[in-house]
Amino acid sequence: MLSFIFRRLLQSVFVLLAVSLIAFSLFRFVGDPVAQMVGQETSIEDQEKLRERLGLNDPITTQYARFVGNLSKGEFGFSYRTRQPVSEMIISRMAATLELGTVSLLISLLVGIPAGIYTALKRGGVLANVLLVTTLIGISVPTFVIGIFLIYLFGVELGWLPTFGRGETVPIGWWQTSFLTLDGWRSLLLPAITLGVFQLTLTMRLVRAEMQDVLKTDYIKFAMARGINYRSLYLNHAFRNTLVPVITIIGLQLGGIIAFSIVTESVFQWPGMGLLFLDSIRYVDIPVMSVYLVVIALMFVAINLLVDILYFAIDPRVRLHSAHE
Amino acid sequence: MSELLNINDMSVKFPTRFGEYTALDSIDLAVKAGEIHGLVGESGAGKSTLGAAVIGLLPSPGYISSGKIDFSGKDLTRLDQQSYHRLRGSRISMIFQDPQTSLNPLLTVATQLVETIRQHSDINPLDARSRAIALLEEIGLYDVEQRIDDYPHQFSGGMRQRVVIALALCTDPELIIADEPTTALDVSVQKQILELIRTLCTERQLGIILITHDIGVINEITDHVTVLRSGRVIETGTTGDVLGNPSDEYTKALMAAVPRLDKRLDRFKNIVAEDLLDSEDNSWRLPSASAEFASQWLLAEHQREDSRSSDAGPVVSVEHLDVTFARGQPSWIKTRANFKALSDITLAVRPGEILGVVGESGSGKSTLAKAIVGLVSPSAGTMTFRGEHLPPRLKRHRNHVARRQIQMVFQDPYSSLNNRKSVEQIISEPIRFYGLANDEKLIRKLVASVLELVEMPQRAMLKYPHQFSGGQRQRIAVARALVARPEFLICDEPTSALDVSIQAQILNLLKDLQQIYGLSILFISHNLAVIWQMADRVVVLKQGELVETAETEQFFRAPSQPYSQMLLSETPSLELIQ
Amino acid sequence: MFANWRRIARENEFLYLFLHNRVAQFAALISLLCLSGAALAPWIAPTNPYDIASIDIMDSLVAPAWSDEGDERFLLGTDDQGRDLFSAILYGTRLSLLVGLLSIGFASVLGVSVGLMAGYLGGAFDAIVMRIADVQLSLPAILTALLIDGIARGVLPTDQHDNLMIVVLTVAIGLSLWVNFARTARASTLVERNKEYVQACEIMGMHPLRIMLTHILPNIMGPILVILTVDLAVAVLLEATLSFLGVGVPANQPSLGTLIRIGTEYMFSGEWWIVIFPSAMLITMIVAINILGDFLRDVLNPRLR
Repeated sequence: MLSFIFRRLLQSVFVLLAVSLIAFSLFRFVGDPVAQMVGQETSIEDQEKLRERLGLNDPITTQYARFVGNLSKGEFGFSYRTRQPVSEMIISRMAATLELGTVSLLISLLVGIPAGIYTALKRGGVLANVLLVTTLIGISVPTFVIGIFLIYLFGVELGWLPTFGRGETVPIGWWQTSFLTLDGWRSLLLPAITLGVFQLTLTMRLVRAEMQDVLKTDYIKFAMARGINYRSLYLNHAFRNTLVPVITIIGLQLGGIIAFSIVTESVFQWPGMGLLFLDSIRYVDIPVMSVYLVVIALMFVAINLLVDILYFAIDPRVRLHSAHE
Repeated sequence: MSELLNINDMSVKFPTRFGEYTALDSIDLAVKAGEIHGLVGESGAGKSTLGAAVIGLLPSPGYISSGKIDFSGKDLTRLDQQSYHRLRGSRISMIFQDPQTSLNPLLTVATQLVETIRQHSDINPLDARSRAIALLEEIGLYDVEQRIDDYPHQFSGGMRQRVVIALALCTDPELIIADEPTTALDVSVQKQILELIRTLCTERQLGIILITHDIGVINEITDHVTVLRSGRVIETGTTGDVLGNPSDEYTKALMAAVPRLDKRLDRFKNIVAEDLLDSEDNSWRLPSASAEFASQWLLAEHQREDSRSSDAGPVVSVEHLDVTFARGQPSWIKTRANFKALSDITLAVRPGEILGVVGESGSGKSTLAKAIVGLVSPSAGTMTFRGEHLPPRLKRHRNHVARRQIQMVFQDPYSSLNNRKSVEQIISEPIRFYGLANDEKLIRKLVASVLELVEMPQRAMLKYPHQFSGGQRQRIAVARALVARPEFLICDEPTSALDVSIQAQILNLLKDLQQIYGLSILFISHNLAVIWQMADRVVVLKQGELVETAETEQFFRAPSQPYSQMLLSETPSLELIQ
Repeated sequence: MFANWRRIARENEFLYLFLHNRVAQFAALISLLCLSGAALAPWIAPTNPYDIASIDIMDSLVAPAWSDEGDERFLLGTDDQGRDLFSAILYGTRLSLLVGLLSIGFASVLGVSVGLMAGYLGGAFDAIVMRIADVQLSLPAILTALLIDGIARGVLPTDQHDNLMIVVLTVAIGLSLWVNFARTARASTLVERNKEYVQACEIMGMHPLRIMLTHILPNIMGPILVILTVDLAVAVLLEATLSFLGVGVPANQPSLGTLIRIGTEYMFSGEWWIVIFPSAMLITMIVAINILGDFLRDVLNPRLR
């Protein structure tokens, strides 16, 4: 178990190094950092001094080492656009994105998994077919269109829910949560649904496909021939076996949720990291872009590690395989 | 004693887009408690469908269109799904073919057993567990107390099949349907499992329906036998009667096609008429293409070759050959654990002889073939071809003469032909590749002629592999090997994927070709009976080591090594009758 | 002749299933309509929305022709700059499909070649390529595309930016989708390379390149075709999303996503048509492609991911 996790951690470090290399190249080679930092009227000499002071004349490897060093200390540099420290900008917005992502993930799993199992079992049933057609539309309608129409319906026509921002938030340390106020929840609802719908349909289609495959296997037929009751057959035997591939995809989906939060945040003017990233692309704010990349990579690495540990819990073959090595 | 199961005039149909397909047609079958009823037939005969119909698990959209299944006084065809499901496990159970896939990989053996026991009787988990332990001990598992909490993948194939049997038995059913229970196992394990089934049947007074394609297995343990063909009962009766004195031509053919261990035949008996040659196919011919033409073309090469090399040394020889495979994923931290597939193998194939290679799965038979054709690199030892050094895998040049002179016929005709190419493209590829003929017309004519030589209609060249049956595909594969004008042919289990009647045809074809062209053949098979008919000499492999080399006659009369003796005694055969 | 056709249709499972699946036929028809509408846009569109000279700002925000305030010159009304919405949708579809097809072409050629080689050759090449693919797979397509787009914005001179935007978009979307092709091609190749017909080629001493191209490639086309269709929908969706976010195609050449973005600004003030019609077009097109993808997946049934 420990060696397994250790190996995964080692891999994660490699991934992080690779991403930080990309982030560094972005920072160093896309545009001129000095030109971005200083005004038009700064003299060439002053620019050269700044360059020297920033260490931009050092060998590239030294610069990269310093970049990684700074990252690990949490020193992310300053935004070209707002001149604020990037770390502050990211942290102040992280809570918004994570809360939005968590709620929409829960929506997608709590609805998607049961619906997937149901449609796999009731092939050809009326409700199952309706659900299937709905998922087809679900994966075809762009997230931003869903958001726009939810805003139009619930925000404009019916006037039930707020259509932008987070509403009232409560600080818990540096974390601004919207979970503790009614206004916060009301503001969260539409963006979370918007972000969740796509993932929900993906989850459902995937669970359905995997479940159907498992139902065709010999061990399910054998369990059937032994008269195991249907409840246990479907949930304990079949669903447990679908979990292995499903967990992989859910791990990937978490990534999808973080990525698509960019779109949702843009539609709902949700003050999260995605919106920040989008602005940084529009204004070519390289430091913010590269730090966002590193933060996202960190999140992905954490997710993947979690997925691996879950694997470990579910599949005895993985467990024993790693024990042998 | 009254009958436990009585199937009366039952038909099973499958609606398809071409209309209804009758999988089983008016079947009558009776099984008593305490007897094993064998169900034998080739693939597509409807054996497994019959088993599925009895247990009520016909694959959709199949259904029972008429008839009755009387199970101790109850008509199963009238049962609703709920009551049927309660019956499954408690009174009727099933054993599947492949122990690798029939156990749930995520649940321990104990969990699966306890759940099944408690499903059908009202006892607490601890009692169920002790019952499971007792049963596993009865079934012949060792260290049951410790091993019961293991997962299925921690058991070997044979042990896993025992667990499957325990699962089928744990609720004391009256009837068990065993669908090819030993097909996926090695002969030595097969023998033990069959004995176990026999013992359980007698001791517990079970009714067993044993489905198999292997007449040897039928002969070994069944009391009654029913021969099925295309969904119909051909013949039924006590095993002794049916096999000892078959009344139907098809039964005779099935039996005749099983190679015999007790006597050696020059050719296999082949009674089943081939209906592959329909009139449309036969009327299409290329002008002047004929089997004789192919024959002459193939022989022309050999005469030239013969005049050149007249010394009688071996065609192919292998000395002290080792093949080692790396096991598991490469890792930088520690060196890989290695697995020796072949160690210190020395053998030689003389010109014009068939050398049989025998062994169970994992004995390294196929690895030997792969090393000779250059698909696998040996880790030690040398190979020669016609007295000259034969370089291994990557060192063998693309134009090396052995690349053409050594050809191979593979095991699975469904995987050995490229489905996206027409038969003409498949057979002409070696001709073009080796530059044996350049004229397009001649190539076409050769393809048509060679097809005729392997007893296929010439028109087959216009079709694609998926339009042919397994036996026909194997003929095409033989044709592809022949057109390279090889001197040495490797046949790796060429008939193990085929039904017995087809097997006989292919073996006859190979034998004829070998005699006409004086080919040297390395013939690999796990089937001793096939080797007995085909080979001049025999080599026995066991876990990568050479156990015995002997003349065929001598080997089958009096094998010198204990392992060979065990192999011979455990192969189910037809010897006992007649 | 007709009897012959029927026999072919019965023997060819693919054709048979297609001819008996109304939904798939309908989806194919819609896809075909979208494709021809896009291809023929310059000839069927009443006006050229890219031609500033033909646009009159006085015509802005005209309602669809059938409503009370409508103008019969503009079937579906006009946008905020006075562009005919029907023409703009046709041209927008053209742009969306163009970017979609180009990027899928790019992604498939890159992905299939890499996947084929990785699957067939194995070894270090396989390990490295698949490691990269894994890392990229954990970065969702939209993020990759946004990032590449962002880099291009930083690197390219501002005046060149608009002209090169289509290329940048194609590369960005293509690079974010190649992994699907590579993984599918690799997985199918691994299955094929263990088949005996490939071994037969290897024994002959055939060049690996020839084995890959003439023997394996035709056999893995089925699963690749499925990915091709499914990912075309994804590519169109990505392009629309990027354009909606304002980092896609240049503003003077509106794609469907751009039109929807413009539309949202007017949605609340009652000019619903600018957002409704392009959205409907986009959704119809993607649904049709996805239905076709599902149909292909069911028929060719590749058990691969």
